[in-house]
Amino acid sequence: MAEHFILTSSIILILLIMISLIRVVGGPTVGDRILGANVIGTKTTVLLLLIGILYEDLGMFVDIAIAYALLNFIATLGATKFFLRRGGVYEMVDEVIAQHEEVTADAEVPKGGPS
Amino acid sequence: MTIVASIFILVGLFFFAVGVLGILRFPDFYSRLHAAGKSDSLAAVLVIVGVAIYNLQDFTLANLLVSFKIMLIVVFIYVASPTATHALTKAALIIGIKPWEKGKERR
Repeated sequence: MAEHFILTSSIILILLIMISLIRVVGGPTVGDRILGANVIGTKTTVLLLLIGILYEDLGMFVDIAIAYALLNFIATLGATKFFLRRGGVYEMVDEVIAQHEEVTADAEVPKGGPS
Repeated sequence: MTIVASIFILVGLFFFAVGVLGILRFPDFYSRLHAAGKSDSLAAVLVIVGVAIYNLQDFTLANLLVSFKIMLIVVFIYVASPTATHALTKAALIIGIKPWEKGKERR
């Protein structure tokens, strides 16, 4: 009975992780993607403990969960530092859009020219 | 013992679900951080405490040590998760992500 409960909780957690992936894939800014990765990492730490109960070997999975929590924290801080030094987010996106429009405008002019 | 652990895990799953709902539905980056940073750390702590209580069903020294290690994860998450959220907020402010205002488009 209790094992079924743990298994159901794990499945619900996996579904929540899949829903959080929407924010990671389609987030409008870089910060949203980092935030989604952080949330998924926290859920995975919990999921590892639940898997440890299901395999009846919690002592091993606790060590894995500790290492995963540490790595998640370091990864979030590292990505944050990287994008802090790299500069603005929206400005860069605007520049890319402007360049794209220039390229397409240049490409359309010679098409209309010969006719 | 199992019932107490189950209640802890259920409440934790509820807070996880609320956090994911907030991440999906809130209009801008700072309110999404507000939803994710707090509810996520509380939910993780609740579920992990539930697992630690579940582990103490047969009370031996080895199980007690494993539960102590699980409580170390709780302490680490309670320190690290708000720190990561704070660093992310500060970086977003410096980078120049603008807050959402009423009447503007959601993003």
